[in-house]
Amino acid sequence: MSFTGMGGFRAEELVGQELAGGPLPTAGVRARRRGRPRVWRVTIFVLAAIFFVGPLLAAFKFSLLQDNGHYGFANYGQILSNSAVRSSLTTSLEIAVITAAIVVILMLPTIVWVRLRQPKLTPVMELVTLLPIVIPPVVMAAGLEVLQEDAPQWMIKLVFNHPLTALTPFYAVLAMPFSYRAIDTGIRAIDLRTLVDASRNLGASWSSTLLRVILPNVQTAVLGAMFLTVALCLGEVVIASLLLYNTFPVEMVALRLQSHVGVSVALSMITLLFTFLLLFLLSFLAQRRHGAASVRVL
Amino acid sequence: MIRFQGVERRFGEVTALAGLDLEIDTGELIALLGPSGCGKTTALRILGGFDRPDAGRVLVGDKDVTNMPPNKRDMGMVFQAYSLFPNMDVRSNVAFGLRMRRQDKEKRLKRADELLELVGLTQTADRYPHQLSGGQQQRVAIARALAIEPTVLLLDEPLSALDARVRTQLRAEIRHLQQRLGITTLFVTHDQSEALSIADRVGVMQSGRLEQLDTPENVYRRPATQFVAEFVGAMNRLPGRIGDNGQVQVLGQRLSVLNPDGYTSGAAVHALLRPEVFAVVPDSAGPGEVTDRSFLGSTVRLEVTLDGGQKVLVESPSHDAGIAPGDRIALRILADSVIVAESHPEVAVRA
Repeated sequence: MSFTGMGGFRAEELVGQELAGGPLPTAGVRARRRGRPRVWRVTIFVLAAIFFVGPLLAAFKFSLLQDNGHYGFANYGQILSNSAVRSSLTTSLEIAVITAAIVVILMLPTIVWVRLRQPKLTPVMELVTLLPIVIPPVVMAAGLEVLQEDAPQWMIKLVFNHPLTALTPFYAVLAMPFSYRAIDTGIRAIDLRTLVDASRNLGASWSSTLLRVILPNVQTAVLGAMFLTVALCLGEVVIASLLLYNTFPVEMVALRLQSHVGVSVALSMITLLFTFLLLFLLSFLAQRRHGAASVRVL
Repeated sequence: MIRFQGVERRFGEVTALAGLDLEIDTGELIALLGPSGCGKTTALRILGGFDRPDAGRVLVGDKDVTNMPPNKRDMGMVFQAYSLFPNMDVRSNVAFGLRMRRQDKEKRLKRADELLELVGLTQTADRYPHQLSGGQQQRVAIARALAIEPTVLLLDEPLSALDARVRTQLRAEIRHLQQRLGITTLFVTHDQSEALSIADRVGVMQSGRLEQLDTPENVYRRPATQFVAEFVGAMNRLPGRIGDNGQVQVLGQRLSVLNPDGYTSGAAVHALLRPEVFAVVPDSAGPGEVTDRSFLGSTVRLEVTLDGGQKVLVESPSHDAGIAPGDRIALRILADSVIVAESHPEVAVRA
């Protein structure tokens, strides 16, 4: 007992010395050192803010400008009343949600399988998932067009007649570079083999292991992959317009061409806001996981 | 009863198991001990169903489980790495196996609480794994493995990530639990003191083979092979010569040879002697000099250099070892039998 008492006393003494003498000069030096970089940091931050926020504010102001020269929300009102915009938005949201789901359902088990059973295939995965970036979307659209022309009647009816069935597989492929990397990072951060072995050992099937053990522990990464996919689906215009599907981004361009510029910009603002919301939601969820954990400590 | 019958496993060029035969009696704790790469973990993973052998089979009772997937085996396993599910609290972790067996919620949570009480962690039931210390996490892992009332408990170096004090304490707790529940257990470790202190029988492995399977006492005192002799505990190799009557003459003493087969009369051998079988006496005319001394608490470890240059490691009780480096001493061997090995003059002392 006396030993621990002595140890504790000495430790306190040391801490006391540090508090009394140590930090003061260091803090002064730090403040001086920090002085100049702080000016630079603030300057760069302000310049970047002007660069990024400036055009956004200008666009927002422009979207408020009505045909009669006054400011108001008429353009936003038109979005709601325009049935073409509404239906294209519904289509795009459907495509986005289903693509995001497909991406996770295909990507998560594949990555788990490669990590556990075929780690040698990792470089192949890296390469294959990069292909959609290497091959320009125009080339893919051209390929799809050829396929459409030669497609048998049943395939046209089943697949190409609706943007949902026609575009979803392509968007899933286009999203691969982002979804693969997002989920793979999450998987690398956990001790996959031990968790899977433990789960299997306790009697869980592969599907239970995926759903109850792996998925909850890579939740943030999976959400990240899904949100990136949604953002991609809401912004992709090349393939959709070349194949003459009327998705939300295509409709936005069309409005601009029909000289409903104000409405088109208002739409852009809404899309932007939506994407921002998704990203905020993601970082909020990620923080809540850590936050909840630290609250439970107390 | 668990039986490995001629189990072989190769990874490319490397042979992890070269025909392992092993029987574990019901309720017995067997520790597999060996250097890394000796195949002990592979044996455990094959019993757990995480790996399949290239040849041979594994039987639990009379049932061949060689190709049975791990989730059908009813074996509880505790891993070397922390393996609790980070997304679940402690209670849900312990109840996970029962949930997979579709036991209703009330029952399985009650059982989880019972097991947490068994490992003395009732108060942590609502915490998450990252809020527990390493020792607590491994205790929860043990509770989780026991919750499914497994036929076999598999322990894959569960203590190696813990600090020395927790390790000793948890080791005793595991042994106590295992004996109380009478559960058949396979324990894999590279730590000899762990293996010797916890097991009913210790299996020493090398290069995918079982070198010896015997009680801890016999593995230490009557090692079956030279490898076992030198892997378990510190060992001196002292030159000697086999006499006509099958005895070996070492340091002027005659000792009977435990493994006389293959050694002819007059052959030069090395006698393998533990540091604690020597008695040292201060003697100004003695044949050796103390060249190093380290105090280990209950014992003192001395390095004695004999006049021929041969070094001998000696461990004697610290209370009667008032001997300092530079003292001349006489050595006496307290054992009356010894295991011998071929002469390899370059290896003198192996600690």
